Amino acid sequence: MNILGIETSCDDTSAAVYDGHCLKSNIVSTQIVHRHFGGVVPELASRSHIQIIVPVIQEALNQAGLAFSDLEGIAVTQGPGLAGSLLVGLSVAKGLSLSLGIPVIGVNHLEGHIWSNMLDNPDLAPPFLVLIVSGGHTQLVRVDDWGKYRILGRTRDDAAGEAFDKVGKLLKVGYPGGPAIEKLALEGRPDAFEFPRAFLDKESLDFSFSGLKTAVLNQLRAHDEGWMLSNRKDIAASFQEAVVDVLAEKALYAARQEGDRIVCIAGGVSVNQRFRKRLSDAVVPEKIRVLWPSPSLCTDNGGMIAAAGHFYLASGKSSSLSISPMPSLNFA
Amino acid sequence: MRSAEKITHCAGQTRQWGEELAAHLKRGDLVALYGDMGAGKTVLAQGICAGLDVEEVVSSPTFTLVHEYHGRSPVFHFDFYRLSSLREAEDLDLDYYWEQKGISLIEWPDRAEAILPDKRINVTIVTVEGFRERRLIRLRIPE
Repeated sequence: MNILGIETSCDDTSAAVYDGHCLKSNIVSTQIVHRHFGGVVPELASRSHIQIIVPVIQEALNQAGLAFSDLEGIAVTQGPGLAGSLLVGLSVAKGLSLSLGIPVIGVNHLEGHIWSNMLDNPDLAPPFLVLIVSGGHTQLVRVDDWGKYRILGRTRDDAAGEAFDKVGKLLKVGYPGGPAIEKLALEGRPDAFEFPRAFLDKESLDFSFSGLKTAVLNQLRAHDEGWMLSNRKDIAASFQEAVVDVLAEKALYAARQEGDRIVCIAGGVSVNQRFRKRLSDAVVPEKIRVLWPSPSLCTDNGGMIAAAGHFYLASGKSSSLSISPMPSLNFA
Repeated sequence: MRSAEKITHCAGQTRQWGEELAAHLKRGDLVALYGDMGAGKTVLAQGICAGLDVEEVVSSPTFTLVHEYHGRSPVFHFDFYRLSSLREAEDLDLDYYWEQKGISLIEWPDRAEAILPDKRINVTIVTVEGFRERRLIRLRIPE
């Protein structure tokens, strides 16, 4: 069943085709945007979705070697996300559904991140645990079954990826801060500075990264820029270690609590090599497997939406043409 | 212009002040939250939301740009930190939010002041030199 997946919840416009076995294409606007905007890339916001969504969908079909008439269903992100951005994807999806006479299904963006792991690990079967870590989200989710999810914990303030970017700004490494911090950290000592790890209450699986960001800020305020520049590799390494310590320990704690043998990570921060290593090391004694998707499936993409949508559409479920954006959609 | 000042000694007090401010807010109000990184804008927003009977977890909207909550009125929690131009702010279609007559909270409003309504409640959080936790909160309300 050829499913077109459309994702426009935040900065990127993406479309993909998935047939239940093979991800035939997965196009993100940044890959083709230069051709359409002559090199000037709008960084964010909904108006750029409107300008780029049709060429992105066309490219997804071209790469898959398919025509519109080959599509059998459409999956589209319904939320959470920016209302105006979601509306662009939903409007196009509904228009195509109507004109092609095929069903459309609204998909939860976070559920998409969960499915991204299945695309690279087709044998993945519930129950398992997923830690979604990105610029906008930090959530520990238990997959009781496909379609049945429980939030075990989430950030109470900043998302982990946001902390990376803000500290990146403080260390003047440019945007996006995540990859730049990781690169700097390779040459720094992770134990050079003792930054706080917010484990919150003993039993809590919630996260908090705002205090860590402020601790880095306070460290920098006590010195001048020259000091910062000559110490920033150590600061980056120590900061990164504080983030991944908390992420890994909470995931391990949750896996123990649920008795799970598989922990998946998803979202933009899951490309961080230190995070993967730290988590993999933490779970070794427990004989828990850690899985992660390939980099293009970690960040927001239409492929993960197509995969989630395929599950529902293949089992006969679909949405009505009156579906509208749900900016604060979450797992029930 | 009415104005007030308050010194808080920890994040908990800042949050509490936000809760108290919420009691005076009505639908359609817009609160601009000024302050440097780490000053406590999100903490204040959390306090205001608690005072507006929002039960959802109030987290930073830096990446997602807008969070929508449901309290005694709709609450829109904006963060303009990532906006690099007025055009990007215009793309957020702010009128869509104003029309819903919710209560709007805006972090980093300085990034798009030119397109914000003049009639808004301005709150500035200032860190106090030499005191890690202490904050001076300034409130300015147009008549």
